[in-house]
Amino acid sequence: MLFFRRRSDLPLKDDATSRFLPWLVALMTFLSAVSLAGVFVLGGVIERWDRDVSGTLTVQVAPAPGNAVDSEVRTRERVEAAVRLLRSTPGVLSAHSIDKTRTLQLLEPWLGDTALLQDLPLPLLIDVTVDPSKRVDLDALSETLKASVPGATLDDHRVWLSRLVNLSRTVEMLALSVVLMIGGVTSATVIYATRTGLAVHQEVINVLHMIGAQDSYIARQFAERAFNLGLAGGLLGLALAAPALGMVGWAARRLEGGLLPDLSMPWTGWVMLLVLPWIAALLAMVTARFTVLRSLARMP
Amino acid sequence: MRQKGSNQAESVVTFEEVGLRYGRGPEILQDVNFALPAGSFHFLTGMSGAGKSSLLRLIYLAARPSSGRIRLFGQDISRLPRAEMPALRRRVGVVFQDFRLLDHLSALDNVALPLRVAGARESEVQKHVPELLSWVGLSEYLHAKPPTLSGGQQQRVAIARAVIARPDLLLADEPTGNVDDHIAMRLLYLFEELNRLGTTIVIATHNEALVSRFNHPRLHIERGRVERV
Repeated sequence: MLFFRRRSDLPLKDDATSRFLPWLVALMTFLSAVSLAGVFVLGGVIERWDRDVSGTLTVQVAPAPGNAVDSEVRTRERVEAAVRLLRSTPGVLSAHSIDKTRTLQLLEPWLGDTALLQDLPLPLLIDVTVDPSKRVDLDALSETLKASVPGATLDDHRVWLSRLVNLSRTVEMLALSVVLMIGGVTSATVIYATRTGLAVHQEVINVLHMIGAQDSYIARQFAERAFNLGLAGGLLGLALAAPALGMVGWAARRLEGGLLPDLSMPWTGWVMLLVLPWIAALLAMVTARFTVLRSLARMP
Repeated sequence: MRQKGSNQAESVVTFEEVGLRYGRGPEILQDVNFALPAGSFHFLTGMSGAGKSSLLRLIYLAARPSSGRIRLFGQDISRLPRAEMPALRRRVGVVFQDFRLLDHLSALDNVALPLRVAGARESEVQKHVPELLSWVGLSEYLHAKPPTLSGGQQQRVAIARAVIARPDLLLADEPTGNVDDHIAMRLLYLFEELNRLGTTIVIATHNEALVSRFNHPRLHIERGRVERV
């Protein structure tokens, strides 16, 4: 594909660069597309986790000791006490106990058929929603719960969420670093290819200079060629990355039981991927132009 | 096309005590002093290897003098910033001894180079270039590439390229070396016509017979020194 169709005085079309540069840019675009898709998916997951979990707490009430009947009655009393206490706490918007059937349903993705668990003494859960705009002293609430309701513990999702978010952010930064490194490698390759072109076409460049060509006139021809090759390579890389990403998405959706969070990519991610070949082409063009101008400026 | 004639009395090229040596080699030119008035026509003569091409190289900014001072269109070239060289070079047309045509371009595109480099419109290129190539007898070779042309034909393409932009100064290094007498005379008449329009001409040649047919002053190089004859 040619974006710039202007005539060139330099025979750049026949250079070895024309053969290897598009393939290299294609590979770099493919890797960048995969890394960027990872960054955007991860960003979306973090945002959803943050939105879903912040403002919610879980209180776990351990089964009371004693025989099965007594234990169930006493555990329910403890749950009701805990719910009352929670509802009277400033900043708590709602507190609902989750019955045993629902608890078993939540365990099903991990443990499979839960019919065998019916008779086991399972802790009961209370789903608590707090007002995100108000500051609730969770340590104090935890202490009060422990003191007032035997066997009750407060599970603050924010602790593990913040660790998970930190880990995700690290992976995200790593992926972005990979994209930057890929950009660096692409630039280095274009610099090498351009310098080779300058050496190969030294005689033609001398003639153009003698005729009165400015360095920018020569640089434009190298830059336009690099842009065309970069764009061709970028589009090829994107064409290879699209089915690969599609396959990963399809495989993730096939996983049952909600073990994985929703891996869909936001629209900004798709736009970024579509823009990627143009970024690669612009990077190649700017690098080639800069390289030619710098090299020619050193000439006598 | 440039308008000419405003500074006819000024020197286009001035050499003051100019010396030239390549690396640590012997001095090719020494204590060269001369001035070429605007609109003049000079032959540059001398034996083969006397330094004619070197002197031309100094004028078209392909070499720097080892000593002395050269002024081109009133500008001291030793103080000329690199960025200003292209503008000065566009005022100089050069016919190289080895033609220096670009083999991958057609005769038309080779001749069009000075116009395109100067930013001329393509309509202008398509109008003037075939006209000039036709004038030098190459109307049937517009799209031929240099390797398919004979030495004489290549030389005519090189001359057409040097004159297409109507330069203020035309330097030609043995421009008639590969053509028969009839074509040689025709080319020299072309140079005379350009000269009449205001272009300053310097033709390096060792063809004494040709020089004697024209009544133009001569700069003769011998043992590295230039004398006006």
